[in-house]
Amino acid sequence: MIRHLKILEYALSSLYRRKFKNLAIFAVYAFTVSSLASILFLTQALKTEAAKVLVAAPAMVVQRLSGGRHDLIPTAYVDTIRGLAGVGAVKARVWGYYYDSINKSNYTLLGVEAEQAELELIEGRLPRGPEECAVGAGVSEAQVAGVGDDLLLIDAGGMGQDYVITGRFRSESRLWTNDLIVFSAEEIRRFFGVPAGLATDLTVEIHNEREVATLARKIKRLLPDTRPITRHEILHTYETVFNWRSGMVLAVFVSALAAFCILAWDKATGISGEEKREIGILKAIGWETSDVLELKFWEGMAISLSAFAAGLLAAYVHVFILGAPALVPILKGWSVLFPPFALTPYVDLYQIVVLAFLTIFPYVVCTVVPSWKTAITDPESVMRG
Amino acid sequence: MIRERIFISFLALVITVQLLLLVGGHREALRDDRVGVSAKRELVKRLGLTDLALWTEARYTRHPSQADLFTAFQDFPASFDHFPAGSIIAPDPAGLSTTLQVRRASARGQK
Repeated sequence: MIRHLKILEYALSSLYRRKFKNLAIFAVYAFTVSSLASILFLTQALKTEAAKVLVAAPAMVVQRLSGGRHDLIPTAYVDTIRGLAGVGAVKARVWGYYYDSINKSNYTLLGVEAEQAELELIEGRLPRGPEECAVGAGVSEAQVAGVGDDLLLIDAGGMGQDYVITGRFRSESRLWTNDLIVFSAEEIRRFFGVPAGLATDLTVEIHNEREVATLARKIKRLLPDTRPITRHEILHTYETVFNWRSGMVLAVFVSALAAFCILAWDKATGISGEEKREIGILKAIGWETSDVLELKFWEGMAISLSAFAAGLLAAYVHVFILGAPALVPILKGWSVLFPPFALTPYVDLYQIVVLAFLTIFPYVVCTVVPSWKTAITDPESVMRG
Repeated sequence: MIRERIFISFLALVITVQLLLLVGGHREALRDDRVGVSAKRELVKRLGLTDLALWTEARYTRHPSQADLFTAFQDFPASFDHFPAGSIIAPDPAGLSTTLQVRRASARGQK
């Protein structure tokens, strides 16, 4: 044990002798790990949030397609679908989008049936009458209006409509409600000018989860112009969107990993004459090849372990404490009402292990292999250069 | 031995802080599972929500799960994607996962 500690002590002295070079490697290494881990933490947290909450999404949403595009669906379809065995409640929904030219942002407008029970995540209450609405925190901030204030919107007929804000969704629900404005079901129909007998889409409750796919097929056969979207498909969408192996996340991930490979490769091929001479001297004074390899192993481990740990810590603080400020501009794009991240820290240990394997292992190998080549050469020829 | 002690202390400190954060985060996640998630599920159930309110710039980024089937080319086929979010949302893998070949009995007989 003491022998290993002595070799570690020597390895640290050796690193200290080239402190500026090693400090630079540590900084680049920690930054790379931090970038990779930030992406993994952020996508994992968003994916877990979506997966945990969307289990309460409608079992099926039925849209009507016309010319390959989403179109208004006849409410007469409700009875057809309700007639199928295994189907629970079928509701016709009216919802849509509204462009606010003052803030240059889009809102999502949604109609809900008036119910007595209130939601926990709302300050105030949901709308009950035609001149009331509830808004998300993003809309509230953009309009500088809270509960009890007025909200002026232009309806489908071009007329300004004044609504009283009766509720504001709490900040905890921002990821779901940031851009929402909720009206009563009758008012949203009037606001958008949706004719009676038509709706935006239908939500279908299904008693047995295992029958969803079968019922989707039946609905498609009975009503060929519809497109049933099951809860499983909704969940799959978010699984795909925030999968670290897809899209831009993969592009950033691969770039950072490639940068790290260049660093490791440079380390592997760039063993300096001074380092070679040091190995030659160590061999000449009686060090075994295994001792030299252990020394180089500890040098590699000292840098990679500490840089990995520091990078991981920085990523955690960046994503879960600071709200991922470096990644938000990439994710935000043109989204004006982008919600600030207050993510629940769902961390997947598997991803940390994969990241450790992808960074620590190659770096240590790249440190040990060239030294091994030098260590097995005759010490005299190594010292002579 | 001083350097070795400094190094081990530094490593131990960073790993301990990391572990504390992970354990703290795990507890927060469990608490959120008990309190926050049920409230959010109730919200999603009552309002019939299907998507995260992250990207509000276009229909297919606001509601990726409800978007038209040819989402990335919403305006016309082969049009460029307008928004950065479109490059984050990757399309589903193309191609078939399984294939089944059906041949006429006469063609099989000729072979």
